[in-house]
Amino acid sequence: MATQVRRDVIRMIHSAKSGHTGGSLGCADFMTVLYFNVLEHDAKTFRTDGKGQDVFFLSNGHIAPVWYSVLARTGYFPVPELGTLRKLGSRLQGHPSISHHLPGIRMASGSLGQGMSNAIGMALAKKMDGDRHLVYSLHGDGELEEGQIWEAAMFAGAKKVDNLVSVVDCNGLQIDGAVKDVMDLGDLRAKFESFAWKVLEMNGNDVVEVENVLRQAKGLCGQGRPVMILMRTEMGHGVDFMRNLAKWHGTAPNDEQAEAALRQLPETGYGDY
Amino acid sequence: MNKYSFTEKKDTRSGFGAGLMLAAKEMPQVVALAADLTGSVKMDAFAKAYPERFFQVGIAEANMISIAAGMAVAGKIPFTGTFAEFSTGRVYDQIRQSVAYSQANVKIYAPHSGLTVGEDGATHQALEDMGMMRMIPGMTVVHPCDYNQAVQATLAVARHQGPVYLRCGRPTVPNFTPADQVFEIGKGYVLQEGGDVTIIAIGHLVWPALEAAAALEEKGIQAEVINMATLKPLDTACVLASVRKTGRVLTCEEHQLNGGLGDAVANFLVRNYPVPMEMVGVDDRFGQSGTPQELLDYYGLNVPGIVAKAEALLARK
Repeated sequence: MATQVRRDVIRMIHSAKSGHTGGSLGCADFMTVLYFNVLEHDAKTFRTDGKGQDVFFLSNGHIAPVWYSVLARTGYFPVPELGTLRKLGSRLQGHPSISHHLPGIRMASGSLGQGMSNAIGMALAKKMDGDRHLVYSLHGDGELEEGQIWEAAMFAGAKKVDNLVSVVDCNGLQIDGAVKDVMDLGDLRAKFESFAWKVLEMNGNDVVEVENVLRQAKGLCGQGRPVMILMRTEMGHGVDFMRNLAKWHGTAPNDEQAEAALRQLPETGYGDY
Repeated sequence: MNKYSFTEKKDTRSGFGAGLMLAAKEMPQVVALAADLTGSVKMDAFAKAYPERFFQVGIAEANMISIAAGMAVAGKIPFTGTFAEFSTGRVYDQIRQSVAYSQANVKIYAPHSGLTVGEDGATHQALEDMGMMRMIPGMTVVHPCDYNQAVQATLAVARHQGPVYLRCGRPTVPNFTPADQVFEIGKGYVLQEGGDVTIIAIGHLVWPALEAAAALEEKGIQAEVINMATLKPLDTACVLASVRKTGRVLTCEEHQLNGGLGDAVANFLVRNYPVPMEMVGVDDRFGQSGTPQELLDYYGLNVPGIVAKAEALLARK
């Protein structure tokens, strides 16, 4: 399925002629495992308020294509609608929007740094309501340069928001180049541990490891600490000429590039949209 | 003579505090978040009565707004509370994306607005806040004029579905509206009828507008006074009905002329019923330290200032 999701991402962004290819490909394995194997959710009974369901917030909203793909592929909306990405009147806005009423989305994102706070709000509401379900959020590593992330991290640790699992996509790249050159984030494990988080690490492009670590994270919930997963990924994973290149952060493939990319991502039994 | 009278002066932020208690009792979904100013913003009674529904976020306003948005998605009715400047300018992007664009039912309660914050000076005197909030699609902007109205407005805001900016103030001001007057969001309250000039005021300037109308009456000028307690959506029917009668309009606000009540009224009238217009407010300047009354006098946001603008308006052809 992750291969199909990658095919979707390439075809959607190619058709839209704009969009964020690299991060979408890098997170395809994680998003697929999360939505197909880990989240307690059901597209048929989707509720905006998330009551009785696990809830996911995409904080790095620019990788919306991969989210749209897994949402469609898990039944939130018709798969053919993926072809409308970024087009006028589409529910699949360039960055996630709730104003266009796309099922599966609860909060707009795109301006970075807000999703962890949103997730905390949902997590606190779940605690108030006695709902044992969990809240997940995904962030980019470059996004950690936003100050609000650290406000949220401080809050979640201090207030023991232990029904929250936040994941950082550590692909080491952002628009202006390597994260370590733009703003060296230092020892993220030590930073989050000092903020009273439980910290796990995983290879985000190994589906078996992703599922194991997500289950481990789930098991660590309810013990007084929020859980952080530092997820190493390869930006552009799955397409050799897109791998680990900052220029693929926000670039759409042209006709030849899309064709070359799809040749490396064999057709699956799920079928293209 | 001013037909309204008052027995005591009270602050609108305390009106909010009382209104929040009523809302909390009526609606279990009501929660409150504060950023280290719990007492100043009058959330302390709520925090004491409902500790499980109160969230101390610390000095982290961006986090507070976005947490509130997440809670709203989950079905809560969150009120965030910090000074007007930190409720708007500091968190504009959070309000725009997490609250308004996401249609989250968050109530941004903002006391300590305007010049009457006083001695703290311009850093704490939000004079651009209503303009910023008014520009965001789907945002409702409410600004009660006294304690009683603040109580009722808070209750109405809690019952209202959708994001609201609820502006209040720090100093005590005459408390003259009826305690049992149910607040209607989007309604302009005609306090006094008159045929010569329409005075539309908001917030702390409503009482001085009534005093000014009394002073004008002594000079033979009949002013109609409207308390425009909701800036957005503007009660355009109320404005139009009055202006059709008087043919002249003066707006009064403790806010920049850019973006505030005057702008909103002018925006509507210039396209629908252009009439001579004047505005009382702060004209593209920052505030400064001083007592609240000194500042209102210095910037002309007082009875003589309103009377002078009204007379200038009447002198125009």
